[in-house]
Amino acid sequence: MSLIDKKTVERVADLARLHLTEEEKEDMTKSLNEILEFEQKLANLDTDDVEPTIHAIELKNVMRKDKVEESLSIRDVFLNAPDEAEGFFKVPRIVELD
Amino acid sequence: MELINKSALELRDLLDKREVSSREIVEAYLERIEAVEPKVNSFVTLTKEQALKDADKADKMIKDKTATSLTGIPIAIKDNLCTYHVKTTCCSKIIKDFLPPYDATVITKIKEAGMPILGKTNMDEFAMGSSTETSIFGPSKNPWDLERVPGGSSGGSAAAVAAMEAPLALGSDTGGSIRQPAALTGIVGIKPTYGLVSRYGLIAFASSLDQIGPFAKNVSDAAALLTLLAGHDRRDSTSLPLEKVDYLQNLGQDIKGLRVGVPVEFFAEGIDPEVESNVKNSIKALEEFGAEIIEISLPHSEYALAAYYLVATAEASSNLARFDGVRYGHRSKEDRDSVTMFKHTRAEGFGPEVKRRIILGTYALSSGFYDAYYLKALKTRTLIKQDFDEAFKKVDVLITPTTPSPAFKFGEKNKDPLAMYLSDIFTTTANLAGIPAMSLPAGLTSEGLPVGVQIFAPALKEDIMLNTAYALEKAIGSIGFPALEV
Repeated sequence: MSLIDKKTVERVADLARLHLTEEEKEDMTKSLNEILEFEQKLANLDTDDVEPTIHAIELKNVMRKDKVEESLSIRDVFLNAPDEAEGFFKVPRIVELD
Repeated sequence: MELINKSALELRDLLDKREVSSREIVEAYLERIEAVEPKVNSFVTLTKEQALKDADKADKMIKDKTATSLTGIPIAIKDNLCTYHVKTTCCSKIIKDFLPPYDATVITKIKEAGMPILGKTNMDEFAMGSSTETSIFGPSKNPWDLERVPGGSSGGSAAAVAAMEAPLALGSDTGGSIRQPAALTGIVGIKPTYGLVSRYGLIAFASSLDQIGPFAKNVSDAAALLTLLAGHDRRDSTSLPLEKVDYLQNLGQDIKGLRVGVPVEFFAEGIDPEVESNVKNSIKALEEFGAEIIEISLPHSEYALAAYYLVATAEASSNLARFDGVRYGHRSKEDRDSVTMFKHTRAEGFGPEVKRRIILGTYALSSGFYDAYYLKALKTRTLIKQDFDEAFKKVDVLITPTTPSPAFKFGEKNKDPLAMYLSDIFTTTANLAGIPAMSLPAGLTSEGLPVGVQIFAPALKEDIMLNTAYALEKAIGSIGFPALEV
């Protein structure tokens, strides 16, 4: 039985903004099927009345005063930028022209 | 060569007595690094000059009597911890030239304590692996047997301490990434309670599981480093607001009457017989010290790994969305529009294991599969946590093997992702439950490979865990260090 097919891998890769080659898609489908096969053991577990745990330690929202503090220098902010112009990160076109 | 054999606290003592300077210590380690690095490959970046400057500063602190418990002791840092203007790569192509604009909080603490940083250590790409074989810089070698892995993901840090290239190191542990390499290289490694150490500046893998922790040659050194690292940080809202504890204070207390739980599930079939016999010897040693050994069950342990790989990859798929080629890191030349640029940047920048985990995590979170996978894993996490809550009503600590087998050979598991995941089978439960756990050497196999014994304690009971480890270390004695002919 196949738990995940190539089409689903393609769709998920698109959601994850990840380009995969044909070979990678084949490979990924195969290895993910093996991993998901292993994951099926969780289905045996009765969890109907169990609450999910997102964090092991109980967390509360932490608030702080909204006051201006020293932050990173402009130089450091752009230190690793692949492309920048006039104090902005420059990216390829986002909006279609036609 | 004499200095590098000593523990961090022994060196600290020599510094206080002015029998040695921090500069001399750093020079000795740099010399050792130069000699063994071609074999071991622990480091991906060396910061020699800065380390020497920091050593001089430490010597001045000692002279001025402003020194603290680890002033002047050099350290190695895993390459997923941000170091200001020193390359931090996660051993991934996607940020292979990244210069952090700030220090992680643990790095700030290390710098303030006057600890010279020797360099950044090798790891599996984005901490995803158990052998360092997914690093773009090539794997680190196990100093006990160069044909074997040092474990991972913090394999470089573990190898550096085991090969005596550094007296101390920092790693991060999401599902065993400190404890497993510590076990395979015969040293001490601690995963603290979730929230004890600030994660600010740790490049995130799975935020609800990640913790930073120490590697050391012995329990006392590890306790001293943990004392320095622990503490609330307003920059990490998951760090706990607690009074500072000195973990050295509690070491050496009598463990008579200590209730030590032995979970039967961790001694099931599939465990290497020499691992089992070494760990059983450790249990016997505790019993001889007067501890009460109690057999116990953690019934949901067998589901931990399955739950872990869904929670960890789901969180990773979200955390790694930030690597898109916009603000830092690699950017693809395929840039006719932004989405194409994102997709190709990530395709070119990430290695196969990271891609696999992003896809698995995205899938587990996607509409139609969320309930069956991600939500199911979170509910399983509750059951695992409850197992520990129940167990700790009856016992003070739990003792298990750290790994099912000693160090494996290169290439043995890296073609089969599931086989690699299974090497985390004994370690992931602590991350899911948020409790502290550590590994220390239990002995050597007949082939001369280290075996690790793991101790779990209830949340924030690091003091009890460390005292148990300290007693055990005294009973077992040192397993020595690898010969590593140079």
